[in-house]
This record gives sequence, structure tokens and C-alpha cells, in this order.
Amino acid sequence: MSRFFYTSLLTIILTVGFSGNASAELTIRITQGIEGALPIAVVPLGWPTGTAPPPLDIASIVSNDLRRSGRFSPLSVNDLPGRPTEGDDIRFGDWRLLGTQNLVIGKLIPRGEGRFTIQFRLFDIFRAKQLAGYEFDAAAHELRRTAHQISDIVYELLTGEKGAFNTRIAYITKLRPANSKSRYSLSVADSDGHNAHVILDSAEPILSPSWSPDGRRLAYVSFESRHPRIYIQDLATGIRQQIAAFRGINGAPAWSPDGSRLAMSLSKDGNPEIYILDMATRRFRRLTHHYGIDTEPAWSPDGADLVFTSDRGGRPQIYRMAAGGGSAERITFEGSYNARAMYSPRGNQLALVHGNKGVFRIALLDLENRSLKVLTETALDESPSFAPNGSMILYASTDAQGAALAAVSVDGRVRQRLAVQEGEVREPAWSPFRKTKRP
Amino acid sequence: MKKKMQLWLIVPSLALVLGACEGTMGTKDEGAAGVQEGGTIIQGGSADPARARGIAGVRQFTVHPLDDPSNLLSKRTVYFDFDSAQISSEAQQIIEAHAKYLANNSSAMATLEGHADERGTREYNLALGERRANAVLRLVGLQGASQRQMEAVSYGEENPVAFGHDESSWRQNRRVEILYTVR
Repeated sequence: MSRFFYTSLLTIILTVGFSGNASAELTIRITQGIEGALPIAVVPLGWPTGTAPPPLDIASIVSNDLRRSGRFSPLSVNDLPGRPTEGDDIRFGDWRLLGTQNLVIGKLIPRGEGRFTIQFRLFDIFRAKQLAGYEFDAAAHELRRTAHQISDIVYELLTGEKGAFNTRIAYITKLRPANSKSRYSLSVADSDGHNAHVILDSAEPILSPSWSPDGRRLAYVSFESRHPRIYIQDLATGIRQQIAAFRGINGAPAWSPDGSRLAMSLSKDGNPEIYILDMATRRFRRLTHHYGIDTEPAWSPDGADLVFTSDRGGRPQIYRMAAGGGSAERITFEGSYNARAMYSPRGNQLALVHGNKGVFRIALLDLENRSLKVLTETALDESPSFAPNGSMILYASTDAQGAALAAVSVDGRVRQRLAVQEGEVREPAWSPFRKTKRP
Repeated sequence: MKKKMQLWLIVPSLALVLGACEGTMGTKDEGAAGVQEGGTIIQGGSADPARARGIAGVRQFTVHPLDDPSNLLSKRTVYFDFDSAQISSEAQQIIEAHAKYLANNSSAMATLEGHADERGTREYNLALGERRANAVLRLVGLQGASQRQMEAVSYGEENPVAFGHDESSWRQNRRVEILYTVR
């Protein structure tokens, strides 16, 4: 028996929420889960009887988040032996019989004028002990986000690792309707694919979205002028600025970890070179000087170094350079093609596109021992993007089913596929952690 | 319905007018007459576009060299190997023909649009498409055409012409297209 079991039947169809852009909504399906996922139960939150149903099923959002991580196997709501909402109501023996290790219960209390109080408690079933109890106040439109915050708390308490459910993803969708011109859109959605908003719609290609460290802006490349140029767009207001519009390529924007600089690739000098734009002075500083292709810069988490793709050695490989300039050190040697590296949040690994014998897969390079581990199994994978907690890598994959997003855990044990109903999805970028007020 | 047919017929006639203007045989007046004649035929009820071309044949308009299927200039796309901007000998002949045309027609302008197949990363492919377009641009420049007549633009892997995920599609997508903006 394989150490993996496939849970493709566990299809979580996330229905269209209150977004205005149904076609951009992502459906996330777990294609591979892990054996030994923690059995947990999330009981529907208590809600005053005799009133209209609650505005949102918070328990199912939490349950889906935990299941999607691959680290938990939540009990189906139909199999719950009881629906306690208070600690005193829990009959621990019933849950022990089902092998449930942890239990989440709580209440959703309407406060009037569209505001709610959300209480939740996390229990250890075997020790019959409460591990945590929290209370939130939220407006109706904040309930979904609150549910993801609950997921983050449960995840962190039980795995010891910060949760990344209350985050967002940006991605590009290409629609190619029969007998008409392609359309491209840049969307931002919650990490579970819900709440998708198109923030840019264009007749020309869009690529390389990059989040500002505060999560408020996206830099990206748009061909709307029929030339690749870099723009920065504020997510709340939609206001945007053209940042780089030199002759040739203006591509591959990457925000420095402190948000003060934007690295990019510009070919204004004749061939693509890495430049750093100081956001305050609007001055560009050239970092590389080579007749080869230098592109796809990415910052180390401490902002001290950049890695980039260069074919100065004949084939595209990853090089590292100090952000202040200096010599470029080649750091990939395995395989004929290594490109578009991204640092892990801890800075000890790179996720990259690894091409070998004609197939392109997502791989992890350990920067300490330089070992390379291939994580994916398809042939046309690209654009790896780490979850801000470093647990998963989101990437774009093309196969017989078309172009979709996929995610793989850094240990390769959990796999997901994210698809939109229409069109090709590509160029995913996972947002930084959101600044949240913890209760 | 009738209106649609008229348009269908006038378009090839207009192409002939344009061809005639730049060719050695036609003059503007003759070209204009050609359109009128074409129009007359339509009003006479004929819906055969081949007929309009026949009139051009009778008048012996020269086909513009860029439109002459027997002329190398009618080929506007050159192809490349994977991760390469090396110009093949077949591509070289086509490029040299365009280079001579541009050198001899100093008002002609062309965009050299570089493309890559879907394999590998998008930004690297953007750079690769530019490298291919620049390789063509350099070769054209060597033949005496002015740099001002040409612009290299890369679309990377964003605008494929074939949509399969195998070599038969990829080889069609690794290309530079020579697109005349002014003939």
C-alpha cells in the first residue's frame, strides 16, 4: 500500500460567494492528502433559534481550510455525534469513540446593525481539556475573514506552525473564446479561492504579479501598450501608476522585503539586466552587467541578497548577488534549466522551475547543502510562489485538463488543484500575511 | 446580404489599388477605376470574388512583392530551436530578402515580433523572444536597412499560434514575425 492515499473523491466545491466575478472564482480540489492527518471536528456554531439562518457557515469554512492544508481530516458534518456549543455540553466519550482528537465549538451571536460576536473554543478530546478560547467582533462582511482567522489559530495551536488561511492569492486568467480575441484578467481572491475580484481586465497579456510586503499593492507587467511595461496598482482604490516604460522589456518586478525598492529586469541597454528602483527617489540602479539574459530577480527575506535567472553560462541557471552589487555566484548546477527562483520565508530554500530532459517541474533547492528536490510530477510547471508560512508552494501547471493552478506542500505530501470554471489560470502569487488584530 | 457581398469584393480590389500604387504599372487613377469596375460587377449581381482578381489579371497589375507567393518576401515568419536565437540557413534567406526590401524602400517600416514556446518560465521567454527579434534585427541591419525602419518587440510565450502541448505546436511558436507597418 502506498504511503499516500488519494483523496480525489474529497472534492470540495467552493460555491460562488458574494463576488461579482463568478467566472474568476477558483475551485480547489485536493488531489493528494496525507496518511495520519489529524482527526478533528468543527461543530456548526450555535445560532439563536427561531431567527433567520446565519449569514455564513463559519464552521464549514474552517473545516474546509483545515482539510485543504492536508494536515487535518475533519469529520463530515453528517457524522457529528453531537452539536455542542458550550464546553459543558461536550460528551467526550462519544468523540473518543470516533477517534476525534480535537474539537472546535462556538457560537455566532447577532449584535444588531449587521454586527456579530463570534466565540470559539478548541478542545483536546482525550484529555478532555480546553486548549484555547477566543471571542471576535465582526461586521457581516468580515465574517469570512474571521473564519480564516479561526482556522489560523487552530492550525497554529495544533501544528506549531503559523497558519496562512487568512491570506490572498493573485493570479492571471486568460479567456480564449471561440472566434474572438483573447481576454486577460488579473484577479485577487482569498486563499481558499473565494471572494475573487478582477482588478485589471485587458485585451493584451498580463504577467508577473508581485505583492508589496504590506499586501496593499501589486506590481505587474502589462502589454496593454503592446509593449511589456511595469505598473503598480493599489488594491483598495484601483489607482495605478506606470513604473517602468523603457524601450524593450520592462519585466519581472519584485518588491524588496521592506517595500522600499522594486527589483526588475530592463532591456533598455540592449539586453535584459537586473535593476533596482528606489521607490522614494524614483532612481534606477543597474545591478548586473552581462550580455546574457538576466531576469526574474527575487529578494532574500533579509533584503541582503537577490537571486536571478541568467543564461550567462549558456543555459538559464540561478545566480545570487548582494543587493548592493558585486559578483554573481551561480547556485544551481543540476539540470539544464533552472529559473524563476523564490526564497522560502525562512530564507534557507529556493523554490524554482527545474527543467530536465524536456520536463519542467517545481523543485526546492536547499541553500545550505545545495540538494535539489523535485516536488511536482507534471511536465509544464512554472511560477512557484510560497505561502507566507512556507508550508505550501502555489504554482501554475498545464496538462491535458488545461492550464490551472496547483499547490504542493514543501514535503511533497499534499497536492491541490485550483481551477476556474472558464479559461486558463496562471502566474499565481501568494500574498504576505495580513496584518490582523488577534483577540 | 447584398451589402455584405459588396464589401467582400471591394476588399480585394482595394488591396490591388494599394499594390498598384507602389508597383511600377498602375497609377492612382487606374486603381480607382479598378474599384469602380469592381463595384459595377457587384451591382450586376455577380458574387464571384475570383472575377475581380480576373480583371486585375487582364490589366496586368503587378502583384506586390510582399504578396507574391512565389517571392521569398511573402514569408514573414522565421523559426528557431528551443532556447535558441540561432538563425537557420532557411531563415537567413527569408530575412535577407526582407533586409533588401527595406534597404530599397526606405519609407517601409516593420515590427519584428519575437515569440517563444510555452516551455520554461514566462519572463525568461520574454527575454528569449527579444533575443530572437534582435537577432533578426541585426541581420536586417547588416544588409543596409536603417535601424529606424525596424522595431523589435517580444511577446515571450504569451501569443502562441498553435495551442498544443507538444513539439508540433512548440516549433510553430518559436518564431519571429516580420510585420510591416508601412510597406
